[in-house]
Parts: sequence; C-alpha cells; structure tokens
Amino acid sequence: MTELWRLTLVEAGQGLRKKEFSALELVEACLERLKATEPLVDACLTVLEEPARRRAAELDAAGWDPQKPLWGLPLTLKDVFCLSGAPTTAGSRILEGWKPPYEATVVKRLKQAGAIIVAKTNCDEFAMGSSTEFSAFKPTKNPWNLQRVPGGSSGGAAASVAARQTPGAFGTDTGGSIRQPAALCGCVGLKPTYGRVSRYGIVAYGSSFDQAGPLARSAADCALLLAATAGPDGLDSTASLHPVDDYVGAAEKKPGELTLGLPRELWEGDFAPETGQTLDEAKRRLTAAGVKLKELSLPSLRFSVAAYYVLASAEASTNLARYDGVRYGRRAPGPEDLRDLYVRSRTEGLGPEVRRRILLGTFVLSSGYYDAYFRKAAQVRRLIQQDWQAALQRCDLLLAPVSSVQAWPLGAFIDDPLTTYQLDMMTLPLNLAGGPGLSLPAGLGADGLPVGVQLLGRAFDEAALLAAGRTLERLLPPVGEPPLAA
Amino acid sequence: MVDLEAVIGLEIHAQLKTKTKLFCACPLDSGAEPNTNICEVCAGQPGALPRLNAKAVELAAKAGLALGCQVNASSLFARKNYTYPDLPNGFQTSQVDPPICLGGVLEIAAPDGPKTVRLNRIHLEDDAGKCVHDEKRGKTLVDLNRAGTPLIEIVTEPDLSSSAEAVTFLKKLHELLVDLEVTEGRLEEGEFRCDVNVSLRPKGASRLGVRSEVKNLNSFRFVGQAIDSEIRRQTGLYRDGEPVLQETLHFDSASCATRTLRSKEEAHDYRYFPQPDLPPVQVDEALLAALKASLPAGRELTRERLAGLGLGEEQIRLLLDRRGAVEHFDQTVAAGGEPKRVAGLMAELFLPACAKAELSPASAVFGPAGLAALATLLDEDQLGRRAAFVIFDELFSTGDDPRDLARRRGLLQISDAGALADLAAEVLADHPAEVEKYRLGQEKILGFLIGQLMRRSGGAADPKGAGRILSDLIKAGQ
Repeated sequence: MTELWRLTLVEAGQGLRKKEFSALELVEACLERLKATEPLVDACLTVLEEPARRRAAELDAAGWDPQKPLWGLPLTLKDVFCLSGAPTTAGSRILEGWKPPYEATVVKRLKQAGAIIVAKTNCDEFAMGSSTEFSAFKPTKNPWNLQRVPGGSSGGAAASVAARQTPGAFGTDTGGSIRQPAALCGCVGLKPTYGRVSRYGIVAYGSSFDQAGPLARSAADCALLLAATAGPDGLDSTASLHPVDDYVGAAEKKPGELTLGLPRELWEGDFAPETGQTLDEAKRRLTAAGVKLKELSLPSLRFSVAAYYVLASAEASTNLARYDGVRYGRRAPGPEDLRDLYVRSRTEGLGPEVRRRILLGTFVLSSGYYDAYFRKAAQVRRLIQQDWQAALQRCDLLLAPVSSVQAWPLGAFIDDPLTTYQLDMMTLPLNLAGGPGLSLPAGLGADGLPVGVQLLGRAFDEAALLAAGRTLERLLPPVGEPPLAA
Repeated sequence: MVDLEAVIGLEIHAQLKTKTKLFCACPLDSGAEPNTNICEVCAGQPGALPRLNAKAVELAAKAGLALGCQVNASSLFARKNYTYPDLPNGFQTSQVDPPICLGGVLEIAAPDGPKTVRLNRIHLEDDAGKCVHDEKRGKTLVDLNRAGTPLIEIVTEPDLSSSAEAVTFLKKLHELLVDLEVTEGRLEEGEFRCDVNVSLRPKGASRLGVRSEVKNLNSFRFVGQAIDSEIRRQTGLYRDGEPVLQETLHFDSASCATRTLRSKEEAHDYRYFPQPDLPPVQVDEALLAALKASLPAGRELTRERLAGLGLGEEQIRLLLDRRGAVEHFDQTVAAGGEPKRVAGLMAELFLPACAKAELSPASAVFGPAGLAALATLLDEDQLGRRAAFVIFDELFSTGDDPRDLARRRGLLQISDAGALADLAAEVLADHPAEVEKYRLGQEKILGFLIGQLMRRSGGAADPKGAGRILSDLIKAGQ
C-alpha cells in the first residue's frame, strides 16, 4: 500500500469508505509526514495533534457515515479562520495569545462534514502579502526549493498541501492569496465567487473581496471541499442566497467543447523566461487537444492594481482599527496614558506591510482625498465588472497566467512593495470582478519550479469552472511531488 | 450693538424599542452585570460580522412615517471611523447617504404661535459601550453591554430660535416617539439624548453664524440651560468683538456652563465609507403599507379630529395628556354618547375621578357604556347637571347604570312631552287667575305655574321643558 499521506482527498475518501484504513491511521500518517517535513517548510503555526487524534478516534468509533462527505479527511486551516479554543493569530503578533470564543462558519461546516483539522497554517500578517514572508512568526519555504518563497498570503496552506502534510487545506483569497501560492507550489487552488462561502469567523482584511476557498491537489478535491462549505449563512449578510450547484458531479467537458478567452492585458506582459516557456507549452498542448483559445481585450484591467490597493487598503484600515490592545490580543505593558497604550500596542503588534496598508487606506478615505481615490477606484471596479461580463459572453471561461514569475528567492522583494504589488497584476482582476477562479499547475519550468494557469468564470458558476478544470488537468503536464528530502 | 438672534438645530438620539441589539441577538438590558450581554459581534471580536435587526428598521421607518419623512426604499450603512476604548470595532456603523428617512416636519406650539420645525433626516446607527472610571483603583474599565444598541438619530434643520422652543420641540418629539412605541424614551437611562447646535446672527440676516455644538444632553432642563448658557456666552463674544469658534462643547450641569471638548482643528475626520459587511437596507412597499396601517392616528391627527368634533382646546388637551383617555372617549362616543357632552363629562368628572383613584380610564368599573348613558340622560334633560354631579361618585365606584341610580334617587326628570302636557293642563285648569295675568303680559307669573307643576310631579319634571309647555298651552288656549 502506498503511504497514506500520498493520497489525494478523493482517494483517501474512497479508502476510508472501503475501510482499507481507519481515520486514525490516516491522521497518524499525515501527522508523521507533517513532523518530517515541517522543519523544512515551516508551513504551520499550530499543530493540533491531540485534538486531531481524538477526533479521528471518535469518528472511527462512530463508523463511516454517508451523510458526512469529508468523513475522516485531514485538513489544515489558514490561521485566519476562527477555531474555538485554538490560537488564531492571522500571522500577527497583535493577536498572539488570543483564542476565539466562537467558530467560523466554514470550520463548523467542515467539522459537520466529518473533516479533521490537523493544523493552522502560516500566512502573511492579516493575509497582506504575496510571499508569506510578512508572517510575524516565520517565513514558510517552498517545498520545490527551500530557498524560495511559497507565494502568499496562503503560503502555509499551499506549501503544506504540496509537501503532502494533508491532502487539502482552506485558505482565503482577497487579491490572489489562494491562486498565487497554489501556482507557486504546484497545487490546485479555488477562489469561489464572492459570497459563495461564508466569511463569518474569518479575520477580515478587505471585506468586499475576502473569500474562503480550498487548496488541494486536484479540481475534484476542490469540488469536494467547496460542496461541503458553500451556501447561504444567516451569520454573514453578504453570503449569497444563490443556489448551490452539484460541484462534485458536474460533467467534464470534451476539449473540443471548450472555448477559452485569453485576456490580452494579462498575457502580453514580461514573463520570466521559464515561466513564459511553460505557459507557451501549456497553450500549445490545449490547442493541440482541440480547446479553442480566443484572444480578448479587457481594457480596464490595466487599472486593477491601483484600484485594488486603494479599495482593499481602505477596508483594511478600518477592519484593523479594533486591534488596539484594549479588549484582546497584545497590549503594550505599562502605558502612560490611553494614547500611549494605542500607539505602542499597535506599533509593537503590527508589522511593516500591515502598517503600510493601514496608512494607505486611511489616506484614501480622508476628507479631501475620498473622491480622488476611493470613489474613483470604486468606479474602476464597476468598469472591470462590466468588461468581465462582456468578455465572458464571448467564451466559456477566461484563461490567464497566475504569475509572471515563479517562486522567487526568499527576501528578494521584501523591501520593494511596489514590485510585489505589480506581481499581483494577474490575480487582482478576478477579485475586483467578484467571480470564481481556479488555479491549476501548468507544468514545471526548466528550473524545476511549478508554473500555474487560472480559469476564470461567471459568478456562481463554480460547477462549469471545476468541470473545465478537470479537463485541463488531463491535458497539462502533471507536476508530481516536490523533491523533499524528508 | 445690533440685535442678535439665536439659530438652533438639534440632533436627537433615541434608543429603539427592540428586544435585541442592532447587529446581533444579544438582549438589551440596561440593568445587567457588566459585559454579560455581549457576543463576538457586539464585542468586536476578529472575524465576526453584523446582521441587521429587522425590527429596528421597522421602528425607524415608523418614526419617519409619523414625522412626515420620505422613507427610502433602499438606504446604506457606512462605517464612521474613530478610536475610543468603548467602541469595540474601531468604527461606528451609521448611515450617511442615503439614510433611511429624509426630510419631515414637526409642528410645535411656540411662544409666538404655531411653528413648523423641518427635519433634515433620520438615520439608523449602533451605540457604543461605556467606560467606567474606577477612582479607587485608578483604572478605567470597559462595559460593552450597551455596545450595538439600536439608535435612530433625528437631525433637525436650524429652525429653532430659543431654548423654550427647543424644549417644546423635544418634549413633543419625545411624547410622539414614546406613544408610537418607537422608543421607551427613559431620559435617565440615556434612551433619549440630544446634541444642540447654537449660533447667533444679526436679527433678520440670512447667513448663519459660526456654530458650537453641545454634546450629549439627557434632560429637557439641561437642554434649555445649555442653550441659554451658549447664547449668553456667544452674545458676550459678539459684544467684545471676539470671534465665535467652531467647537464641540460639554455642558456641566453643576455650574450650568459649557466648556470646550475639542476645537475645529481637533475635530475627527470620520472617514465615512460604505460598510462592506451589510447589504443595502430595504424597506419595501408591503412593509411601508403595513407600518402606515399600524400607525396610531398620532397626536396631531387626533387633535385635529377631536377639534372637528367640536371639542374645546382645553378638553382636547386634557384628553391627550392622559394615556388611554382618547381611546375611552372614542369608545364612549361609539356607545352613543354625544361627543361634546362626553368630553365635558370626562374633563369635569371622569378624568379627575380616575386621577384621584389612581386608575387608568380603561380600568375604571364605570365603563364607556355607563358614561354614554349618563351623557344621554343629560342631553335629553332627564337628569340635571347638578344631579349628575351628586350621583357621579357612586356611579364611578359601583359602575351602576346611571338611569337606574337616578330613578332610585328620585332624580330622574319628566321631560316626556305627553306626561308633562297632562300635568300642565291640570295646573292651568286649577289656576285660571294666574293664567289670565300671564296673558295680560305678567310673564313672571310663569315661574309660579312651573313651581306648581314641579310640585305635582314630585320634583321630577324638567323645569325648562315644563316652562315651554305651560307657555305653549296658554298661547294655544287664546
């Protein structure tokens, strides 16, 4: 029998159902793999070893349950999801020591579906960053090359899945934070439509963008995780009432039935040589298989980076106002007065990228600047939404690169925020448009690092997106397992 | 020095009468132990999201309808950003553009006659918690029980010109909102509190002067005192040629004076922007129609209606001032009482008796049917006014039928024309000399004849009717 940690979610689910192994055996295998790889990749912030074992034993005692589609499956959660009783830091010192008194809707639904939470994964502080280097605790390393970043902000989740610590993970995507690390680590990442999955209990960054979604090793695995979590939630007024489709059973399409639109604005930039070559090869393979590729133009996309950083930072600046040292989390010791308590708690507790975005967001909302920045950016967002809808009337789905570069060396851009922001160019338009996107491995570059492509779809049509994803997975070269000397 | 006039606008915060908070299911209980009525939402825990209380939306819309506002089918919440320990999210969730209600008016009886005060808007927002300063331990503690309490803020146009007008306006607004059950309005609990904006300008000028704002006044008396104090202070500045500064003030009730809280330079930039966690607030046609139907007539409408029935101003005031009196009046009229007569009885006898017995009109054993019967006896001259006063206390305490009681007491008057006419004919036949004198112009003699008739009837005849019938018969006999 193969090592249990090598199984995908679908494979592991089948094994559990057929009682080839128990939930506890699977969890033990994952915990063992996690312990072996964690010193190399630093993907996790908290490992819930004992609770995971207990939960597995409970499930085994109760027996396999057809009502629980994730029965016995070990998962990780990005450390922005509130899991009652376990530390939830969002990668920030300011939340050190805080344990949520309640549970996120996503977590409740995963547990109800029978999943076992094994660890909380590392991320950029408050999900702000593209490399996980802005975690206040430690940088996570890319399993394909330990000197490289895993991407971010859900870098811990992607590295953990790539390192086979667990077969699936939940992350969040505000500006690409699921899709980009999935691409850089060679796994599959789904950003559902805004409002498809409840935001309740997820530490907020940019509230009108934040969306939870799965990372795993196949589109089918992502479908399984989406199906268990999607749908309306009385606790989140922005969760959509749109009906939930059958993501798991959606029929796969034949390559010849697919027309994919290629937004020129996302394909014509400068690509790193290995990235460009891998993407060209991917397009060639798709065309050869009969997929129709059709170039399109969405002129408003060139404003994406500016619009996103204005809007998301504005929301972040007030979402993070609550971290003041008064009620929970880190409080500076011995403050002289109230102002000193605020200033020192926040200065000591919040890192450079978070401070940068709070300053930016505060500025664009200030009296006298609101119209020039916030209002203008909101108008751009509507333009992008219109362009998006128009483009999707001319094809089934859009196809775009996820990143113009592969995983970069740790520290390469740490002091260069503008370059890092520009690197988000390919993922941000989807968040501004609000629709769903699926990041898939497109192959390994000549340098041995994964390259990704993303399928971008119509709002609430995750079923079509995942079905096309399954088609593309068969046509694109598999990336395999990272050469981790665990 | 030129004559100055004061220009005053008010911002009123009223706590809505809901069971739970604006954005979560925590109960509103002002008496609870600190930090017991809280959850992750109202305590601003990371990741928690607001969900709107539909009852609060209804009450705000209801207030808007009663005040003649335009109630918007769709309005938006915004975040109002500022930092204070009792504000758990670091922002207040309020409304800017558009709010749930726009415009509106309230008529008041100002000292110089009726005045229309225009409203600018009504919007929904949540309240903050409370800081409790523990002097003994030298600590400040935060109690979040109040955080998330639903409020409406009612903003007037600067249409008021004196403290008396402002207080009259506030009392009337308070009464209206309490009657509508939009708010409990307990001032001592801070459920109805007011910020006042005061500026001065040369009398008749159209441009507004620089204003100051006095925050958070929770009694009508303090509002009056704060306005008077501000007018005095600003008048002094004008007299000395000093500029009035735009600033926010605190009113100290002990010294009856205002002091600066923050200057214009220190004013907050609230960085309002649309609250991304809440979809637009919807008030659809069906809800509006239901609210309109549920709206009690409202004081002003009631006043007009009662005046239309011919009631006097004083009678109307007495009815409006006692809770349940108008309803009792309406039921009595419905039971057949003539409105003016009923109002008179209520003002003179019924309401004072209720007050003395500390009873509400509805709980008196002498109900609308009895009161209507009493009114009818008086109207039909079967009972004299004095007799009514004599038996009222007994009626009120026993709930007896007025006709029965009057009969038992021998107070019922014969006003039946036939019965009276028979008696009158007998009297005339027995006193031909007096009849002759009356015919010759000695009209005073009629009193003697009435007296004879009263004696014959055993005092039960209605004297007015008797006089009329006697004189008619004499004239007919000519």
